[in-house]
Amino acid sequence: MAHVTLIEAVTQALAYEMRRDPSVVVLGEDVGVNGGVFRATVGLQSQFGPERVVDTPLDETTIAGLAVGMAFQGMKPVAEAQFDGFIYPMIDHIVCHAARIRTRTRGRLTCPMVLRAPWGGGIRAPEHHSEAPEALFAHIPGLRVVIPSSPARAYGLLLAAIRDPDPVIFFEPKRIYRQYKEEVPDDGEALPMDVCYVLRDGHDVSLVSYGASIKECLETADALASEGISVEVIDLCTVKPIDIDTILESVRKTGRCVIVHEAARTGGIGAEVAAQLAEYAMFDLRAPVQRVTGYDVPMPLFRLEMKYLPMGARIAAGIRVVMAYK
Amino acid sequence: MSLAAHFDIEYRQCLRPDGVLVGELPAFAKQEGQLLELYQLMSLTRVFDTKAVLLQRTGKLGTYASCLGHEAAHIGVGSALRPQDVFCPMYREYGAQFYRGVRPRDVLMYWGGDERGNDFTGPKHDLPWCVPISTQCLHAAGAAMAFKIRHEARVAMSVCGDGGTSKSDFYGAVNMAGAWKLPLLLVVVNNQYAISVPRRLQSGAETLAQKAIAGGIRGVQVDGNDLLAVRSVADEAVARALAGEGATLIECVTYRLGDHTTADDARRYRDDEEVRKAWEEEPLKRLRAYLYAQQLWDEAREAQWLAESARRIDIEINAYLESTPQPVSAMFDFLYAELPHDVAGQRAQVMAEEQG
Repeated sequence: MAHVTLIEAVTQALAYEMRRDPSVVVLGEDVGVNGGVFRATVGLQSQFGPERVVDTPLDETTIAGLAVGMAFQGMKPVAEAQFDGFIYPMIDHIVCHAARIRTRTRGRLTCPMVLRAPWGGGIRAPEHHSEAPEALFAHIPGLRVVIPSSPARAYGLLLAAIRDPDPVIFFEPKRIYRQYKEEVPDDGEALPMDVCYVLRDGHDVSLVSYGASIKECLETADALASEGISVEVIDLCTVKPIDIDTILESVRKTGRCVIVHEAARTGGIGAEVAAQLAEYAMFDLRAPVQRVTGYDVPMPLFRLEMKYLPMGARIAAGIRVVMAYK
Repeated sequence: MSLAAHFDIEYRQCLRPDGVLVGELPAFAKQEGQLLELYQLMSLTRVFDTKAVLLQRTGKLGTYASCLGHEAAHIGVGSALRPQDVFCPMYREYGAQFYRGVRPRDVLMYWGGDERGNDFTGPKHDLPWCVPISTQCLHAAGAAMAFKIRHEARVAMSVCGDGGTSKSDFYGAVNMAGAWKLPLLLVVVNNQYAISVPRRLQSGAETLAQKAIAGGIRGVQVDGNDLLAVRSVADEAVARALAGEGATLIECVTYRLGDHTTADDARRYRDDEEVRKAWEEEPLKRLRAYLYAQQLWDEAREAQWLAESARRIDIEINAYLESTPQPVSAMFDFLYAELPHDVAGQRAQVMAEEQG
């Protein structure tokens, strides 16, 4: 059984589904002969040909519009935005068409597409290569937004996203693309979307996060265990819709919640989780909810990016704040 | 200096504004009854359009985008398609859609504020009306890619306006059409105005058809008030696309005789004299003159058909007016294949409020 990195798991899932379903096509910039700038699509064009692994002209609007148009006609396009920061020209097609064609046509037409993008900071990349725009998409009715945090979840959730009859935005945390390998059987088994994954049990505080930050959350939880603080770590995985029930169950046990994400704070996923905790768990909370997030500033160039990202010390500090409430 | 490349843009006109045939009759028009059928549809579409504007004026319809003056362009391109082809309209190509089986009541339903209008009769793969400008051009290109990948002998057609050719989506579709030799028709109905902005402010290009050249596809300009010319150019483009010869950009030069929509007042930005002159070139008049001259049609049959059209459209209007709004749950019921738990909760809340 193969041990693979997160990006290899992405490639494995794409190849599996392209073999299984002839309506799946991959399109984007440099995804063909070059196998993608991160090599997510490496080897696919030689296996499936240039009509199913399409090197498109260099225009994100074109990529999004083509994917939407193909999906309307029954294909299952998996489009790639080369970097998170290049996804903005695609938003018109995603918001005005992909997300609402089923609603607009009363189910006559649908848009079973996936838009993949390397996501987030921490790799000393140039400007516009380190963004976390998930909240923009999470705000849009009709979309799903999925962000895996491990090779196994990348594989299983990408399969689920491609098989889903509705559009899915699939953000891949590039900081952990090659961070570690784990065993991922290439068995075509999808994992469920729309649910959180509880990665570590604990009883003092619920630490809710997603994407690359999951690694720091788990490390922080381990470190604090030696101080006698028991941290439950929850990976949202699907940031729209949020599986609030799993979070509520955890918070009812711990009474404390810290939310961690790279994206800017205002109007972020953390704000949504905090709002729902205020609505449904007000009297279970012993402490105000803490958000440990990127600041409300543009992602800084890389000399300062590790100051921007919510790394271990800030996560631990957030946990200590809620632990001060007994 | 030598010449790197040289390009020409062909202009096609078959019927002069006075209805006199210029050159040879196009092949499609030689088929028995074909021209009459299309003329009758143009006429019925105009009756529909007039009545739809009146419905809006009397508060029985929301904002409506008139197709007045566009009948030859719309029906010319629309009738060149087969049911299996995919039509990707903007928001006023009713004539083309009627040809494809969409009912007038569907159009009224849409502008009357009901999504069921987009679930129209006619080909189920056709796209609904598209209000964000020119995005449909890329959706048509995507459809054409699907046909190419699946080896299906089908074409896709999008329609946008003169203003729509300024959008990056339009350029992207032209570019992709050339790069992939797509079975695609990019129709530009140049009606001289993008709401209030005239054609000359939209682009410095001499023709909009020449925007095809940069993408490596064929571009043709046609008299958009001339059904014979539009249809013959569209027929050629479909044949070329099916033969693997790639895409065509068709610029139909016409004039928007009405306001942009019922929410617009065109008197703010163009003078009456210009509109009066445009009426002399309008599409029904010239085709009618030709049909009269060929003794295929006469005043008695014209009057009879107008009455019949009014009767048919009134049936459609009544069907629309008698329809009841969707239940409030319909806001949620087509959002996803299966409603996620968060929105399901909101749906339940709304339903409880409705019943409470």
